[in-house]
Amino acid sequence: MLERTSSIENELDIIAARRCAKEIAKELGFSTVDQVRIATAISELARNVVLYAKNGSIAIRVLCEGGRKGLEILVADNGPGIPNVELAMTDGYSTSGGLGAGLPGAKRLMDTFRIDSKLGQGTTIVARKWKA
Amino acid sequence: MHQQVPILKIDDFWIASVQGSLHDQDVIEFKEALLNKIMQPKSRGLIIDLTVLDVVDSFVTKTLIDIRGLAGLMGVPVVIAGMSPAVAITLVEMGLNLEGVDTALNLQKGLDKLRNAGKER
Repeated sequence: MLERTSSIENELDIIAARRCAKEIAKELGFSTVDQVRIATAISELARNVVLYAKNGSIAIRVLCEGGRKGLEILVADNGPGIPNVELAMTDGYSTSGGLGAGLPGAKRLMDTFRIDSKLGQGTTIVARKWKA
Repeated sequence: MHQQVPILKIDDFWIASVQGSLHDQDVIEFKEALLNKIMQPKSRGLIIDLTVLDVVDSFVTKTLIDIRGLAGLMGVPVVIAGMSPAVAITLVEMGLNLEGVDTALNLQKGLDKLRNAGKER
């Protein structure tokens, strides 16, 4: 199974990660719109890592289940964690002066989205997109 | 990698065509460069062309809204042109509707829009 992991420490890593994801999505035969959805979701999640945790990693994995193909994004950091996940998932809520669209937006762009956060330990997000 | 967006002038309209991916620092510099251009006395409008931009995330969206707001305060109308269907779909799904930002299908239509806006005044 194909898997590519990149460390996320600065804004250049954000661009590299989304470019990598877009290439894989294209190879898998995802539509142009899906490629942009995936790349945009990565952009949001990677920016959160840089913004809140300073550094972390993003793994992109190819999924093959019962003849279905998909792509999984695993974002992990050892940052401060999210005090209130429900609030962080609310449209328009931001603690950094942003639009508050990152997490809820990324969730809507993907098919499945799971977020796990522990205060003082870090945050893990697993999101999947299946080929239509 | 450092990207600079060329800011060109046609008549009294400024045109910035964003090429490729801008990282966050580029976006901030781009915003300042634009404001410096449009403060010139004859400026009648600004078009930001996104035709070749493949990803517009919430950070870039916020910058576009900021630019429109700042230029608006300076009295210069802004049109965002050339957004691809995939980018438009993604923005809508994210819940980002670019509120109050004027858009056009392409550069030509953006220019037409600004010229007409000038006539109405």
